[in-house]
Amino acid sequence: MAVCIAVIAKENYPLYIRSVPTQNELKFHYTVHTSLDVVEEKISAVGKALGDQRELYLGLLYPTEDYKVYGYVTNSKVKFVIVVDSSNTSLRDNEIRSMFRKLHNSFTDVMCNPFHNPGDPIQSKAFDGIVSGMMVQTG
Amino acid sequence: IWTTVFGRRMADEALFQFLHYELMQYIYKSADSKETENGRNITKLENMGFRVGQGLIERLTKDTARFKDELDTMKFICKDFWTCVFKKQIDNLRTNHQGIYVLQDNKFRLLSQLSAGKQYLEHAPKYLAFSCGLVRGALSNLGVKSIVTAEVSVMPTILLQKI
Repeated sequence: MAVCIAVIAKENYPLYIRSVPTQNELKFHYTVHTSLDVVEEKISAVGKALGDQRELYLGLLYPTEDYKVYGYVTNSKVKFVIVVDSSNTSLRDNEIRSMFRKLHNSFTDVMCNPFHNPGDPIQSKAFDGIVSGMMVQTG
Repeated sequence: IWTTVFGRRMADEALFQFLHYELMQYIYKSADSKETENGRNITKLENMGFRVGQGLIERLTKDTARFKDELDTMKFICKDFWTCVFKKQIDNLRTNHQGIYVLQDNKFRLLSQLSAGKQYLEHAPKYLAFSCGLVRGALSNLGVKSIVTAEVSVMPTILLQKI
């Protein structure tokens, strides 16, 4: 279960950010922002890893904060970032991948919506629903 | 509605052609009642194609590997993308390796019903606007800025030039 989910456009501005403990929202925004650098680095190093679509497990960006940040980049250079609580070690690789899969599917639906302009913040209720399903439930 | 037309099997090609023709009639008729600006009609059609191209590419590249370079992207457009939209591949791709690509389709589906030679040549550009926009939108979503132009010398062959 994720603690924060973000979708970032190819120009590196956020299309959608949602985090669960809403009092620390700024911290998550900052986390996501710094993870972008790591994402860029991975993309540019893709020369050897041919045909590799996903990036997993960018690792602990903040050793003190104990969060794990995962990244995923689509062919249209849109980045998804999921922040997960590190104490929740039961989350496995496959689950993260399937979360990204669901995100990507939902995002594709949003893009195909004729009322949505690419580059605008995502306002689709269906997308919200999918994301809520993936976030940590707070009591 | 655009993507559902592309997603089904069987009759979808005919549906798309009819929709495309109607769309063009609509655009041209609505322009006649206000001002006549031929360039603007083509731009409207092209912009529609652009938006559809963006959404379509998002769906198509969902499961494909990342593209290594621009040529790879163009090949994808020629094969998978063209097959998805027009049920066949591009017949010929040429490049000067400096950013100009020429795609040739010898039996362009949207024109094959019009004529098989030089007849109606002057009306052809209208029918190509949407497809140009389609390619431009697809490329833009893949991170390639482009200008796409099309020319017809003999129906139904079209040459798409991407700069």
